[in-house]
Amino acid sequence: MGDNIKIIENATCTFCGCVCDDMHLTVDLDEKKITKAKNACVLGRAWFAQHGIPDYPQATIGGKEASVEDAVEEAAQILAEAKFPIIYGLSDTTCEAQRHAVAIADLIHGCIDTTTSVCHGPSGIAFQGVGESTATLGEVKNRADFIMYWGGNPAESHPRHFTRYAVTTKGLYTPNGKKDRTVVLVDVRKTPSAPVADIFLSVKPGRDFELAWALRALVKGRKLDPSIEQVTGVSLATLEDLVDRMKNCRYGVLFFGMGLTMTRGRHFNSGAVLALTTDLNEFTHFVAKPVRGHGNVTGADNVLSWQTGYPFGVNFSRGFPRFNPGEFTTVDTLARGDADAALIIASDPASNFPRKAIEHLGAIPVIALDTKQTQTTNLARVAFITATYGINTAGTVYRMDDVPITLRKAFDSPYPTDEEILTAIRRRVQALCGGPAVPLRKVS
Amino acid sequence: MSSPLRIINGRVFDPANGVDGEVRDLCIRDGRIVDQLPAQARQLDAHGMVIMPGGVDIHCHIAGPKVNLARKMQPEDHRHDVVPSTAVTRSGTGGTVPSTFATGYRYATLGYTTAMDAAVPPLGARHTLEEFHDTPIIDKGFYIVLGNNIFLNQLLKEKRHEEFREAVAWWISATKAYAAKLVNPGGDEPWKGRRNSNVSDIDANIPEFDITPRQIINAFVHAVNDLGLPHPPHIHCNNLGHSGNFRTTIETMKAAEGRRLHMAHIQFHSYGGELGKNPKSKGPEIARYINENENITCDVGQVMFGKATVMTGDAPAAYVLRKITGNKWVNSDVECESGCGIVPFSYQEHIYTHAMQWAIGLELFLLSKDPWRIVLSTDHPNGGSFMSYPRLIKLLMDREFRKQEIARVNQKAIRNTVLLDDLEREYTLNEIAIITRAGPARALGLVNKGHLGSGADADITIYDELEDKEEMFSSPRYVLKDGELIIDDHEIRQDHEGRLLHVAPAYDEDIEQQIKPFFDKYYSIEFGNYAVGDEYLHRHQTVPTLGERQS
Repeated sequence: MGDNIKIIENATCTFCGCVCDDMHLTVDLDEKKITKAKNACVLGRAWFAQHGIPDYPQATIGGKEASVEDAVEEAAQILAEAKFPIIYGLSDTTCEAQRHAVAIADLIHGCIDTTTSVCHGPSGIAFQGVGESTATLGEVKNRADFIMYWGGNPAESHPRHFTRYAVTTKGLYTPNGKKDRTVVLVDVRKTPSAPVADIFLSVKPGRDFELAWALRALVKGRKLDPSIEQVTGVSLATLEDLVDRMKNCRYGVLFFGMGLTMTRGRHFNSGAVLALTTDLNEFTHFVAKPVRGHGNVTGADNVLSWQTGYPFGVNFSRGFPRFNPGEFTTVDTLARGDADAALIIASDPASNFPRKAIEHLGAIPVIALDTKQTQTTNLARVAFITATYGINTAGTVYRMDDVPITLRKAFDSPYPTDEEILTAIRRRVQALCGGPAVPLRKVS
Repeated sequence: MSSPLRIINGRVFDPANGVDGEVRDLCIRDGRIVDQLPAQARQLDAHGMVIMPGGVDIHCHIAGPKVNLARKMQPEDHRHDVVPSTAVTRSGTGGTVPSTFATGYRYATLGYTTAMDAAVPPLGARHTLEEFHDTPIIDKGFYIVLGNNIFLNQLLKEKRHEEFREAVAWWISATKAYAAKLVNPGGDEPWKGRRNSNVSDIDANIPEFDITPRQIINAFVHAVNDLGLPHPPHIHCNNLGHSGNFRTTIETMKAAEGRRLHMAHIQFHSYGGELGKNPKSKGPEIARYINENENITCDVGQVMFGKATVMTGDAPAAYVLRKITGNKWVNSDVECESGCGIVPFSYQEHIYTHAMQWAIGLELFLLSKDPWRIVLSTDHPNGGSFMSYPRLIKLLMDREFRKQEIARVNQKAIRNTVLLDDLEREYTLNEIAIITRAGPARALGLVNKGHLGSGADADITIYDELEDKEEMFSSPRYVLKDGELIIDDHEIRQDHEGRLLHVAPAYDEDIEQQIKPFFDKYYSIEFGNYAVGDEYLHRHQTVPTLGERQS
């Protein structure tokens, strides 16, 4: 360890949607790395430890090292010439960068979509259908005496969710922490999150909708046949006991994850638990919250919504925003073979999309921005290595409960930020397309 | 900055300076109105036109967490009303909750150049500022919701009024806000903590804090006036929308004890009748009280028929509407400080209550004697979109049109109002200039806005003078913002970045040491990450407090 040590208090970990902002970072400025991340969970420690300064070229064109200026020019030419360009990713970068990405989509009359479309997109659709009673995580900490997790495994995906926000944490009206709460877990198997639960419900795979609908019926006082156990895997007596607890709690919370949104039923599942939550407000105060994955996926939803009116899956081909998940979402535009160029920001679809979508991605010119080399940067025509948000850049991110938090930079990176690259591409595309000559305001 | 400009031959309505339709030259240089310019300065001929200061919206909901939830929730609100990009503007979507760019452009195309978002939870201040940065042309600011703030209410419980005042100043400074807003003071605890109940009596004790809504209101009136904030407390009273709520409204105004207080969307608080039954009009009683009490300003919150979106920090009120409509519903609790409710809504002429609300709004406008203290608003988008302001102006200026419209709505409701009792008043252009510009600017304490005297911001709207006032106010021929010709021949010709307007009252820094322990225990973000940094300000203006102006 060198002598040039800096301590950063109240730093923020952007690894997952918890966006914990109580990091106490020890930074070795000579080595350009974070040597200690106090308060971080196992995932957060790895996030901070692994983001040093890599030894990659700042930009490549066709796999060969290039200057950033040349790469920006090449990227702008690709985007300006494309007939159906798509922009995708965005959930691991700042809102400041996301705002420029939407502006580029507007200029090139392309599609813009985020990783929401492959995680909680169905929850976004359900939200448009039934609304949502919800709360910031501090309300859960202060008030919740009944907490239910459905289709998620925070112990592994969001390790501090239990301790910092929900289960064991002590709040204004929950001075005894876990003792003041009933915790329920619904999943298809006993995950590492199960030990924290007072009640575990093992739902049959693919039967989440039926389970939620049965709970709705009971909340509304309808009679259910005991054969519901064969359908859902949960006995009627267990369901009745659960509904009794839900109706009689003081402040209930239902957290739901991708086990609900990305299995059979999708937005019907999300809609069912949101409707269940709404129904319960006839009896007591009840809220729900999708447990979001990436550090700023919630910011991406927010930026797209305020700039276009829609949260993801937006198309500008007619000169104004249109929304149609299934048509303008990225897996679909790729798998159908519609897209003829792609700008991928802070995401690696080439490693996790369906095969047909990846094949098409390999067949069109791709521009990729990421903090490291990935499958996507490897297949990209133009690739930029950029600085890591929250470690090498400041900027704004939104926690899973829509609370915005400002990042603190730990140390300088020789790599440009996503915002800088996107600003440069935007400026050049604007010149090439002759589109809205809206003055480029410096965002940060 | 464009070159100096002289606007000639137009009829100028500048009530703050006593100019009532006289033909005068207006000289503009460096974004401000000046006394004179060299003879060779560029000219704009406004012959046959009416010149007013740019409009000022004192109460609307255009940015921030709940507005964005309402956008996100309603694709059906956007798809029929699209905003294509142009050579100088970004694309967007409209409806009752337009996207940010569309919001800025549409206010400008109505001749409005300043708008204030009326309810932002402090935790959402950063979000609001980010949206404002994407809201072009207009100047804007926001009020932070403080009336259900647990830390502040605990100070009141302990009767620590001096610290309360310092904490209010800290919160406003820390969030870059313009004013303090109270929404259903005291109502959050029963809503969040006691099975969705509410406080219904201004003198009912709130056991968690052992104080009453009246004590909260009174404390804010004194703290904000003592701090000399340019705008007094902006209050959304208890019992919004409930029959018989006018008593609460009168008592709220009495709680101000003669000091400045702004009553938000007072139409929604002017109902007689019994709780749970159809409302009756108490418009005349409320108008009389305001006429007689010069410390009170208000905005009307007029209901306009058609699509609206209810979005309010008053979550229990939104839940009542959810139960009535069965529509999709958002409730969003914000830890330790606030919450909100959202419901898509539609006001219909044939429905008694909706017609009654519409009529009460008109009664308030027509019975008010001092146009300086009543501001035109629809509580956008709660009573209807700001895009319906021109129609509302026509209802006020054109008696025959108003009679036609009165004949179209539920007559049982109309018979329970005084609208047909010789209310022949027609607003003049000068009075319209007061209730849409000069009055709200004065109530906000914005000394450079709402008038066209030397030194004023060159925010100017020029209308073709037309018989049909809706048409006239729908589409000004020219709009200047900071002296720049933004709208020329009815169309947007250039983009422009408006300012953020905020206040930064001084406070005793010791108060932070008292707030921090509360944060450490009960908030879910760190105290050190709560205050909003200057990087979110962008183009802005810190409006001085009254004390700072004197010194």
